[in-house]
Amino acid sequence: MHTLLAATAADSEGFFAWLNALFVEQTWPRALLIVIVVGLTVPGLVSALVWAERRGSALIQDRLGPNRCGPFGMFQSFADLAKFLFKEDVIPGHVNKPIYLLAPAIAVIPPLVALAFVPFGANVFIADVDTGILAAFAVTSLHVYAISLGGWASNSKFPLLGGVRASAQMISYEIALGLSALGVFIIVGDLRLISVVEMQTDGWMIGAGETLRSAGDWTRLFDWNIFKQPLGALIFMIAGFAETNRHPFDMPEAESELAAGFHAEYSSMKFALFFLGEYAAMVVFSSLFVVLYLGGWTLFGLENVLSDWVTSYGAENAGWINWASVAEGFLHVGIFFSKTLVLLLFFIWVRWTLPRFRYDQLMRLGWVRLLPLSLAWLVVTVIGVAIVRGL
Amino acid sequence: MATARPSLEDNPLEISFDKSSGALQRDPDGEYMTLNMGPSHPSTHGVLQIVLDLDGERIVDSRPEIGYLHRGMEKIAETYGYNKFIPYTDRMDYLAPISNNIAVALGIEAVNGIVTPPRCQAIRVICAELGRISAHLLGLGAFAMDIGALTVFLYTFREREYIYDLMEKLTGARFTVSYTRVGGVARDLPDGWADAVLRYVRKLPKTLEEDVELMLTTNRIWVDRLRGVGVIPKDVALSYGLTGPCLRGSGVEWDLRKERPYLGYENYEFDVPVGEHGDAYDRYLLRIEEMKQSTRIIEQAIAKLPDGPIAVEDHKVVLPEKTKVLTSMEELIHQFMVVTEGPALPPGERYFGVENPKGELGFYVKTDGTGRPARLRMRAPSFVNLAIIPYLFKDVLVSDTVAILGSLDFVMGECDR
Repeated sequence: MHTLLAATAADSEGFFAWLNALFVEQTWPRALLIVIVVGLTVPGLVSALVWAERRGSALIQDRLGPNRCGPFGMFQSFADLAKFLFKEDVIPGHVNKPIYLLAPAIAVIPPLVALAFVPFGANVFIADVDTGILAAFAVTSLHVYAISLGGWASNSKFPLLGGVRASAQMISYEIALGLSALGVFIIVGDLRLISVVEMQTDGWMIGAGETLRSAGDWTRLFDWNIFKQPLGALIFMIAGFAETNRHPFDMPEAESELAAGFHAEYSSMKFALFFLGEYAAMVVFSSLFVVLYLGGWTLFGLENVLSDWVTSYGAENAGWINWASVAEGFLHVGIFFSKTLVLLLFFIWVRWTLPRFRYDQLMRLGWVRLLPLSLAWLVVTVIGVAIVRGL
Repeated sequence: MATARPSLEDNPLEISFDKSSGALQRDPDGEYMTLNMGPSHPSTHGVLQIVLDLDGERIVDSRPEIGYLHRGMEKIAETYGYNKFIPYTDRMDYLAPISNNIAVALGIEAVNGIVTPPRCQAIRVICAELGRISAHLLGLGAFAMDIGALTVFLYTFREREYIYDLMEKLTGARFTVSYTRVGGVARDLPDGWADAVLRYVRKLPKTLEEDVELMLTTNRIWVDRLRGVGVIPKDVALSYGLTGPCLRGSGVEWDLRKERPYLGYENYEFDVPVGEHGDAYDRYLLRIEEMKQSTRIIEQAIAKLPDGPIAVEDHKVVLPEKTKVLTSMEELIHQFMVVTEGPALPPGERYFGVENPKGELGFYVKTDGTGRPARLRMRAPSFVNLAIIPYLFKDVLVSDTVAILGSLDFVMGECDR
């Protein structure tokens, strides 16, 4: 499975031997390493995202934004983190303490776990499970518990309203989210996310075989699922905004209506965990969108420019780490996160442009518009696939 | 099922009285959730408190509580005298301090029929309209922010800053300007000020179109949030005594600048926009249009800005020139009397209302010949306009409260006084 590590640790010694064994033998240290890497990368990514959001909103609003802490205020998030860590940790007397303390933890864990199922590159992933997207959805849907439990356990009226809104909203939109993504899997015929990405290079859309096109042929962009599933992608995007409680669907928080909504009673690091969870959920959703609709780590063949080197390096250095493969991994991750970043910037752009929905309008949009639309699109997809594959 | 009625001692805020029977009547079965919105809530624009009875997200009943910002301004006026009261009016509708200054000066002058010179009137018109623009800018921005369009707030806030720059040049203060005096204004226009104002008002309509209307007017979410929300029918608006954009939004063409012209408003060409449906969206459109009309008025006022004195020549009312005070005995006495005793206004009483950004701001002033009013009573538009809240907050959702409050555009400084 892991071509990155096409080698054995037969004739190695000392630290490098250990390192080699770590990579090659798929033992528990590798799992640990990846958990540590993801555990550190995601908060880093989130802090970068918070910075981007603050600077981006400032750009949109004719302001400067944070610009004191480091170049262009880049370290502002770390200053914020320090502030959150050292703030007094207030637990109001009227809360249901166990659930109140549990909720912020639930907010952070599902998005981090969901990232485990996301393939960032051809060989860069934590878990390649057969149920791919189902597992990811199953885990991300736990996020609703954080918000509803947080709102409930706060034992306070505004947070309660926020929590109730959150549970209704996220459950409603999950249906549209799942149905819209289903179209992709009908085309692919496989729930594995790696298969989804690989399918997006098959050249079906432009009616050309793999061999006919060079690596830099930009028309291969049309292989992406967003062109095969335009409506599905749109519904998935809208439902994703609702799932991550982002503006214009930020009902549970709705600052101007519910003060701070579900996290009104939370302070210091516990609030920061909700905050982190929200942004991590954005990263997860954007990653899933990239995998499902934007071709994952592929970029009209450019992702394969190193493949010859990988093969030759692997042949020359058999039995040792294939550093060319590692380089290719970084290339894939780079392409993947560039796409994710564009989506995240889109999130930010939308937030600072649109007004907020009203609660009943939001539910109507979910049940009356998106749900029938995604069902209809599913039927269209099924018929289309049946025709193309000759029934 | 007979349940014990709650008593006033148990929970004073959860009680209201049935007007017909006088009995305590408040959800005896405990079906509704009582939600305390305010006085410190991001969307109640200050310290308004509204106690909502909720059935889920639906509002069953509401009771506004006002008075958190009461400072006893009317009594202060009786104690401090005419000119010394003007700084207090800055703190009434604190989104348009200069409009309040002008309104109170006009109210006091009206008692004895003091007519200020044309230049003073033109300056006051320019300032009052700038005040209207700045109040509407902030009102719209806060409105948009309540609905969730945060960026619009920053845009309108930026435009308002330009007005404050102009105010700073004119009065030395950006916010609490205290510009008017009984019988005139504090100082003449600085060099180039009128041109700066002209540049600003010529740019404003385009800025409004690009930065506010483009983002909101045809925005589906914005329209859906406001259309049919907070509808005030014509007769209801009249019966509640609403004034200003809240009244005109319901289709009643009533603007004191047209109906009872003051400051020579009859000499300016401008339209009074009125709404059709009386909903929040109409009030939003109306405020945008009012700003554009205000720029028209300012352009005309600057175009024909007359020369001459900026205050009446009666030095029993207005301070004499400083050089004259230092050289002439009589002027010295006048200055001493105006500063220590206040303007000498013969006895009389009158109510005079002007069209302020929020509606009719009226002053009933009773003079008794001393430098202090015997009675100074204000008719604050925000106070009157807020009375309609229980009418509007029936069978609406919690989210609609912010849309309705934002569209009423009130200021608690003025409401509570």
